[in-house]
Amino acid sequence: MAAYLLRRLIQSALILLGVSFITFFLLYVLPADPVRQIAGRSATAETVENIRQQLGLDKPFIVQYARYLGGLVQGDMGRSYLQKTEVAELIWSRLPATLLLMFGAILCELVLGLTMGIIAALWRGRAVDQVLMVTSFVTVSAPQFVVSLLLLYVFAVKLGWFPIGGYGTFAHLVLPAVTLGILGSGWYSRMMRSSMIDVLRADYIRTARAKGLGRARIVLRHALPNAILPVIAMIGIDIGIFMGGIVVVESVFGWPGIGQLAWQAIQRVDIPIIMGVTLVSAFAIVLGNLLADLVAPWIDPRIKLR
Amino acid sequence: MTLAEPLPIPGAATAPEPVLRVEGLCVSARTEQGLKPLVQDLSFTLAKGETLAIAGESGSGKSITSLAIMGLLPQPAVRVTGGGIHFGGQDLTGLSEPSLRSIRGDRIAMIFQEPMTSLNPVMTIGAQLAEAIRAHETVGRPEARKRAVEALRAVRLSEPEKRMGQYPHELSGGMRQRVMIAMALALRPEVLIADEPTTALDVTVQREVLDLLRDLQRDLGTAIILITHDMGVVAEMADRVIVMRQGRQVETAATAEIFHRPQADYTRALLAAVPRMGRGTARPPVTGAPIARLSDVVVRYPLRGGLLGGVTANVHAVEHVSFDIRKGETFALVGESGCGKSTIAKALVGLAPHQGRIEIAGQAMAGPDPAGLKAMRRRVQMVFQDPMAALNPRMRVGELIAEPLLIHGIGDAASQRDRAADLMARVGLEAAQLDRYPHEFSGGQRQRICIARALALQPDLIIADESVSALDVSVQARVLELLRALQAEFGMSYLFISHDMAVVENISDRVAVMYLGQVVEMGTRGQIFGNPQHPYTRRLIEAVPVPDPGHQRPGGVRLSGEVPSPIHAPGKGPQRVALRDVGEGHLVAEGTG
Repeated sequence: MAAYLLRRLIQSALILLGVSFITFFLLYVLPADPVRQIAGRSATAETVENIRQQLGLDKPFIVQYARYLGGLVQGDMGRSYLQKTEVAELIWSRLPATLLLMFGAILCELVLGLTMGIIAALWRGRAVDQVLMVTSFVTVSAPQFVVSLLLLYVFAVKLGWFPIGGYGTFAHLVLPAVTLGILGSGWYSRMMRSSMIDVLRADYIRTARAKGLGRARIVLRHALPNAILPVIAMIGIDIGIFMGGIVVVESVFGWPGIGQLAWQAIQRVDIPIIMGVTLVSAFAIVLGNLLADLVAPWIDPRIKLR
Repeated sequence: MTLAEPLPIPGAATAPEPVLRVEGLCVSARTEQGLKPLVQDLSFTLAKGETLAIAGESGSGKSITSLAIMGLLPQPAVRVTGGGIHFGGQDLTGLSEPSLRSIRGDRIAMIFQEPMTSLNPVMTIGAQLAEAIRAHETVGRPEARKRAVEALRAVRLSEPEKRMGQYPHELSGGMRQRVMIAMALALRPEVLIADEPTTALDVTVQREVLDLLRDLQRDLGTAIILITHDMGVVAEMADRVIVMRQGRQVETAATAEIFHRPQADYTRALLAAVPRMGRGTARPPVTGAPIARLSDVVVRYPLRGGLLGGVTANVHAVEHVSFDIRKGETFALVGESGCGKSTIAKALVGLAPHQGRIEIAGQAMAGPDPAGLKAMRRRVQMVFQDPMAALNPRMRVGELIAEPLLIHGIGDAASQRDRAADLMARVGLEAAQLDRYPHEFSGGQRQRICIARALALQPDLIIADESVSALDVSVQARVLELLRALQAEFGMSYLFISHDMAVVENISDRVAVMYLGQVVEMGTRGQIFGNPQHPYTRRLIEAVPVPDPGHQRPGGVRLSGEVPSPIHAPGKGPQRVALRDVGEGHLVAEGTG
C-alpha cells in the first residue's frame, strides 16, 4: 500500500512536470506578446526591450523554463506581470471559492445523475426511462452559457429567489452549483443506468431475490455498490471536465474563483498566472483520480492496489 | 380419526405426503411471433424427503420450471400461462410478490449452477448469510450471526468463523457452492431446488458437494428438486426422474426404472449418448513418429508488486512437463481447474512464455523468427470450449473458416471459398450455410464450425481444450464421433484436454494426469483407467458419477481438502515429481503405487 502510494505520487509529479513543460512551450510559441500588454501601445521600442530583459523573456526557451521550474521547486510560482502580486497568493485567495463551487457542483451532479440513472434502470424501457434519457441527452448537449443564463433569468431575475451574482452566502452558491450539476448529471445518469442494468442481470441479484429479500434492499444493498464502481472512476476524470466548465460559469455568475482569474489572465497574456492556474488544475485532476483509485478497493474488495 | 382418512395398511409403504404439487404447468415467452411455449402441461408431485430429478438437455425447460416454482421468471417477458403450483395449501402462481417473497428462501430455497457469480462480490459471506436469516425471522444481528456460523459448520466448511469475514473471491468454487447451500438450508426449507448444482465444479469437488447434499437431506428431511443434464448425477442422487424435452415431460419413473427399462425413445437415446467409463473400444497402439515433443517444459507467471514493480512471487503453472504426441494419436491431458493443462496448450501454440524445449514436427519452438513461428503455428490449431465466444459474431461462417487461409496467404479468394465449402461438408454442415452468421447455428453446429476452421490449414496437431464440455450429451457424442472420423481420414493428432474422465476414457489413446502443474501419472488408456497407480488418478476416476443406480462406489472414502496453491516466493517452488516406469511405459510419480 505504501509502495503503491509512493509510486503513484512519483507518477503524479511526472505528469505535472509534463503539463508544465507543454503549457510553458505553448505560451512561448504563442504569437501574442506579453510585454506589449504590460508596456501599453504607446511605449517605445526601448521600453519594451527593457521590460523584456527585466522579465527574462529575451532568454532562450530552455533557460526560461529552467528558471520557472527552479522557482516552482522552491514553492515560487512567480509574480503576475500586470497585477504585481505573487501568483501563489492570487491563486490561494481564490481557491476556496472554486473548491466550494466544485464540491457543490459534484454533489448536485451525483444526486441528480445517480437518482436518474437508477430510476431509469429500474423502469427500463418504460416512459419514465425514455423521459429521463432524453433529459440527460439535453443536459449533455446544452451549452453552459445558455443554461447559466436561463437559470439566472428565471430564478434570479424573474423569481428573485437567488442573488444575480457574487459570493458570500449559501444562496450565492446555489445557481452556479446547480448549473454545473445539471450539465454534468447527464453523463452520470447514462453511465449509472447502463451499469445498473448490467448489475441487475447478475447472478447474485437472482440469489438475493431467491433469498426472499425486498426490492429496496436488493437495489440499495446488492445492486448499488456494484453498479457505482465505474461511476467513482468517472468522478476523478470529471474534475478535469469541471475545470474547463468553471471558466464560463464563474464569469457568468461573477464567482471569484480561479476560473475567472484564468479568464482575465488569458486575455492579457499574463503568463505566470496562466501557468499557475493550469498547474493547480492539473494537480486537482491528478489528485481526483488518485482519490478515486484509493476509494475503489474500499467498495470492491476484489480490487487490490499494487 | 374420521372415515375419510385411509387406514394405514400394516406392512405396506404409506403413501408419502406431497409437499409440492405441480399441475398442468405451462410457461410461455412473449416473442414477436406471439407466445412461444417453454414448458407445456407439466405435472408432478414432490414428497417430503424425496429427491426428484428433472433431467434434460438445453432448451428442455427444466430451469424455467424451477424459476416458475420460485416465482423468479423474468416477467413480463416470460410468465406462467396455465396450470398451478400448489404448496402449503396455496397456488404459488396466483400469489402476490410480497407473499411469494415470504416463501422464497424460507420455505422453498434454491441453489444455482454458477457458484462463482451467484454470491455478491462486495459483501462478506457472513453478511450475505445473516441477511438471508434476517429476511424471514425477527432475530438480532448477534443471533443471526451465530446461526450463520452454525450453517457454515453444517456444510462442513473449514474455519467457519473466519469465513464469515471473507469475501466470495477469497473462496474456491467448491467452497462458494457450500456457502450457497448453507444459505439455502439455514432456514430449513421444506423444498430445495438445486439447478445444476455441481456442473461448474471439478469432479472431486462435485463428489464432495453431492455427498454433502445427500447427508443434509437425510438429517433435515428436505425435499429436493434436482435439475441436471448429467445422468450420472441423476443415478446417484434421485429417487424419481422426470425426463424433459422441448418443454414437455417425456417420461417419468423411479430412477432404477428409467435406467434399466426406459420406455420413451428419447430417454433411450439420451442414455445411449451418456459417456460411460469402461466402454471405450481399445485401438491398436499408435506407434508413429512424435509430432509434438515437450521436454522439461516450465511455465511460470510472475506476480509483481512493490515500488518498482519487482517480482514478489511466481505462479508455477507448469513444472517440468515432458511428453510426446505421436502422429495419428489422441493424447489426453486430464486434471482439475488450475492444474496447468490449458497452459500447456497455450505454450504449444506459442501463447505462453516457456522454458524447456517444445518441438513441433522436429523443429524447436524457441528461437525461430516471427515468420518461422507463423509457419509452425500452421501445424498446430486449437478448438476451444465455448464455440460462441470463439467465433466473431460479425463475420460470416465462410469468412471464419477461410480466415486461417487468408492469414497464411494460401490460395485466392475463390479457392479459399471452395475450401471452406468443402470443410463445411466434411464436418456435417451444408455449404449453402456459408453466408450465415454464427448466431444462426446451434451450439453443436458452432463447434463443428470451429473444427472446420481448425482443419483449414491441414494441421498436424489439433488441440481440443474442453471442446465438448459445454455441449449436451447427445451433441457431445456426435462431435466426438466427428473428431474420430476426421482423425481416421486425415491422420492428424489430437491433444485432448478435459476434466471429464468418461469422455477421455472414450476417445484417448494415451493419457497424462496433471496435478498442480506436474504430470503425476502417464500411460495408455488401458493403463490409466484399468490400473491407476497414483492416488490422485484413483480419486479422479472414483469421483465420476456413474450413470447406473445400482453402482456401488468402492471404499466410502470421503474426499476433502483443497488443492494447495501454485504460488511460491521467488527462488522457491513445488517439489519436483519424478516419474518411474512401472511397466510397459506406464509412468507414475515416485513414491506411490
